[in-house]
This record gives sequence, structure tokens and C-alpha cells, in this order.
Amino acid sequence: MYGKGLRPLSIATVAMLALSLSLVFFYAPLDGDQGFIQKIFYLHVPMAMTALVGFIVGGVFAILHLRSGDRRWDAYSYVAIHISVIFGVAVLITGAIWAKASWGHWWVWNEPTLVSFLIVFLLYATYYPFRYAIEDRDRQARYASVFAVTAGAFVPLNFLAVRMAQSLVHPRVFATSNGGLPGSMMLTFLCCLAAIALLWVTLVKFELTAKSASGQVKRLRRALDAPAGRATSRIAPEVS
Amino acid sequence: MLPIGAPALPLDEAGRYVAGAYVVFLVLIVVYVAIMAAKLQRIERELREVTAIAEERKAEKEEVGAR
Repeated sequence: MYGKGLRPLSIATVAMLALSLSLVFFYAPLDGDQGFIQKIFYLHVPMAMTALVGFIVGGVFAILHLRSGDRRWDAYSYVAIHISVIFGVAVLITGAIWAKASWGHWWVWNEPTLVSFLIVFLLYATYYPFRYAIEDRDRQARYASVFAVTAGAFVPLNFLAVRMAQSLVHPRVFATSNGGLPGSMMLTFLCCLAAIALLWVTLVKFELTAKSASGQVKRLRRALDAPAGRATSRIAPEVS
Repeated sequence: MLPIGAPALPLDEAGRYVAGAYVVFLVLIVVYVAIMAAKLQRIERELREVTAIAEERKAEKEEVGAR
């Protein structure tokens, strides 16, 4: 069920990524201030935006789980958060590389954007041990949903707080007094954003498909009264 | 400290950082896909086991029915 449409989605994602990379390296002009190093922007910022939106989406799925009690929504929430955490790792590493090239330091503690993203990432890193600490599947799903809703609400609040901090250290390129990105850079950025968002959707669907297949095998084993296979994860929810 | 107004790095030096960032992204995706491939292989193996059990049970039933 979950695997339906996965192949065209994967093809679209690869095509979009290829197009985006071509635009980044052959179409978008070099930045006047940062030069070639600014090319990291087209990877780092879309991934950060997708990860943050992914956390919020995980929270929305968690609300649906709490409202309906349907375990499927808990699985969606888990997978959305899981993929967003992976994206978060990429954001932190690419951000550190960009910081080193631009500022001469791998990490700057007095920069609110960096620190706030780290706080959000660490918050979601606690999601796994939190789930793992609860044995009962129903309680685990319920508590994890409450966590996802609370943390999901924290993401936009955190974003607003950083905006209000008025720091000019981290470049604001979309709406500044000097104008935003030039058209060619904006087009490239939007293509990259679409490609990374598509990648996120594809990976979520891929993971759900694998979980669904695993869940069906387990049910088949139970129906046949066959001995259980290898021990499976206590954290990851089953998908029907 | 400010990137705005800071001199741009020469291309050979900037290229290493840009390549590093894109390689990190690629490696993360490849590692994730490799982990998922291993998971799918395990599911496939389990499915083969379950299919074998089901066929064994069916053969046993048919044998009992024939007697």
C-alpha cells in the first residue's frame, strides 16, 4: 500500500536533484561577497527548512494520532521525525563547514540561528530514548505523540525568537533592506528547496513501505503460529 | 567574524569546503539507503521463511487428508 507510487516519486526526486545541482554549479552566479563558498547555501538552507517543517509535520501527525487513536498516525509521526533528524545531522555538518570557510570557526556559540537549531536538534534527539524507555506500545505511542506535538509547537516559536533577536551575523538573504536574492539565485534556491522536500517525502515513503512490509511479515508469522524471527525494534512503531 | 564584507576565499580553497559539504550530504543519503537495503533484505529472508512454513503446513494437511 505504501509502496504505491514510490518508483515515480524516486525518479522525480533524482531528476529534480540533478536539475538543482546543475543550476547551482552552472547557472547561479557567484556571490559578490562570499564567492564560490556560497554554493553551500543551496544545500544547507533547504535542508534546514525541510527538517524544521518535517518536525512540524511530525507534530501534526501526532495530533491526528491523539485525536483518532489510529496507530498509523503514530508511525507517520515517528518516520517524519526520524527523517528530519537525519536531515538535521546534515544541516549541522554542512553548516559547520560553511562557518569554518566563512568565519574561520567550525561553530560560533553567540550566533542565535546556529544555537537554536542545535537546541531543536538535541530536543528531537531525545525522542528515541524517550520512546525506548516505555515498554507498553500504546503508552509509548501516546507519550511519543504528546512529545511530538509539544516539540513541534516549539519549532516555530524558536524560529520567531531567533528572528526577534535581530542578529545580523547570520545573513538574512530573503528580505533585507538591500533587497533579497537576485532572480537567478532565487530560482536556483527554489529548485533546490523543491528537490530536498521531494527527497524528504521519498525517504518517508520508503521507510513507511519497509515498516509496512515488516509488519505484514510479523502478522503472517503470528497467523501461522510460527516462531518469531530476529528481534525487531522496540522503538519503531509497527505499520499495518 | 562577519561573512558580509569578508573577502571571498580563493576558488581552490573554497572548492574543498563546497565539495566537503556536498559529499557529506551524499554520504548520509548513501548510508541511509544502505541501511534500508539491509532491512529490506532481512524482510525478504523472513518472508521466504514464512512462505516455507506455510507450504510445509499445507503439505502436512494434504498428507493427512490423503490418509
